[in-house]
Amino acid sequence: MGSEQIIFYILSFWLVASSLAMIFSRNTAKAALFLVLAFFSAAGIWILLEAEFLAITLILVYVGAVMVLFLFIIKMLNVDKSTVRAKFAVYLPIGLVVAAIIIAEMALVLGPSQFGLDVVAAPQRHSADYSNITELALQLYTVYVYPFELAAILLLIAIIAAITLVHRKETNRKKQSISDQVSVKAKDRVRVVSIASNAKGGE
Amino acid sequence: MELWQSFVELVHDLIPWFDGTVAAILIILVKAVALIMPLMLVVAYFTYAERKVIGYMQLRIGPNRVGPKGWLQPIADALKLMTKEIIFPTKANIYLFLLAPVLAIAPAIAVWAVIPFDEGIYVTNLDVSLLYVLAIGSIGVYGIILAGWASNSKYPLLGAIRSASLLVSYEIVIGFALVTVVMVADSVNLNVIVETQKGGIFNWYFIPLFPMMIVFFISALVETNRAPFDVVEGESEIVGGTHVEYSGMTFAVFFLAEYANMILMAVLAVVMFFGGWHSPFEGIPVMESIFGWVPGIIWLLAKTTFFMFLYLWVRATFPRFRYDQIMRLSWKVFLPLTIVWIFVVALMTQLNIGPWFS
Repeated sequence: MGSEQIIFYILSFWLVASSLAMIFSRNTAKAALFLVLAFFSAAGIWILLEAEFLAITLILVYVGAVMVLFLFIIKMLNVDKSTVRAKFAVYLPIGLVVAAIIIAEMALVLGPSQFGLDVVAAPQRHSADYSNITELALQLYTVYVYPFELAAILLLIAIIAAITLVHRKETNRKKQSISDQVSVKAKDRVRVVSIASNAKGGE
Repeated sequence: MELWQSFVELVHDLIPWFDGTVAAILIILVKAVALIMPLMLVVAYFTYAERKVIGYMQLRIGPNRVGPKGWLQPIADALKLMTKEIIFPTKANIYLFLLAPVLAIAPAIAVWAVIPFDEGIYVTNLDVSLLYVLAIGSIGVYGIILAGWASNSKYPLLGAIRSASLLVSYEIVIGFALVTVVMVADSVNLNVIVETQKGGIFNWYFIPLFPMMIVFFISALVETNRAPFDVVEGESEIVGGTHVEYSGMTFAVFFLAEYANMILMAVLAVVMFFGGWHSPFEGIPVMESIFGWVPGIIWLLAKTTFFMFLYLWVRATFPRFRYDQIMRLSWKVFLPLTIVWIFVVALMTQLNIGPWFS
């Protein structure tokens, strides 16, 4: 067994173990951290496949941004576990049906008939100076430029929709104008008035 | 370099197990130790320099008791932190509480693997090294978030929430600012980025990308929780932020991570905008030959030291920003500026304008 296989099995073990731990963990914060570990193991396997750009993008986007926001939300929302568990039996049949459908679909698309050396040829080994970021960019910006642009527009629409949902009208919005705050002068806020002293006569 | 090559061959000859994997791992370990030991020493003396520099700026003397002129102060501080008791808050999540400092320091050190110190001097030459720096750098936020959450205490949680939102917003800004460098250099490999700045001070990227350099430096201050953006610690507001409940060595690890990150950001600024290991006298007739003997790593370290000094200077100069002002600076000032500058660079590259974009 070569060293590459040893690394592969270690990473795969962590991937499966952390995925299972994520599902069975009762603490939501711990579950999110196990998901982070799963992302890391998957990125490691991608690096073994010489897809270093995808692996690092996975860490950059999912570990660096998405999961941070997940943890952020988990901290803000105080999930009451007893109410979640009380409804477990109610939702169980629907959940089982959905799970069965997903497993069937994945078996059709990702089943053993789709893989194996006779279906997909073993990937070519590349030399050390091979840059798959250039290769990816060429494909993305020439062959797949329209799907790529469409995906970008979809994201833009999602951003605008999210902003529109939380945007309040001008009338009931409380906001500060930083330039007004910075340019304020002392005489705008405080008026110095000289008041006649009432201790005139006596001492 | 010949000496190093012969060392590598010697190790490979001595340890032939696992088609050379064990030997390769050993060599990487040797490189890592050769990088981390000086780094930790620099971190220790950076804290001393900080106290001294800010002391003089505020007309004080700074530490001067331990050893001659206080030179042994960082050693004494380290010993003190090591011998202190580690206190665990009641009802804190012990595993996450101990995991947090590890998650803070591990990425802060791992990022250094791809930094080029001189031509051919690096731990590893990764083709996507800039993305690696951004990706691994973004993991450091987990240390702070977990520290705040696992402490089971009010102020750490407030600090963690501030930190999460700040870091995520400024990562976007830093990413966009560095995209302009990638566009000019035509590569995401840090070695190549430095090589394209060869040939004198006018080829360094801080001239065509001056606004981006400023944006990067200010964003780096936010990313490393430094004054005037240190709302995550905010001694006067939330008494110390995420590490209120940490003591002894667990606190020291956070401290090490913060300073390692500061030095990293200084090195990154030099590599991306100030010509990395290149001498500033390249291309100037007499000066070039006078300073020809200076190795590149000295230039890199000298420039880095200047940026590290800037961190201290800024800290001694400006009062702390308010939290909403920092957010406004990111989303309403820096983000539009960087996006506009990306378009400017794209246009100039397309139209072959100027000495940098042809």
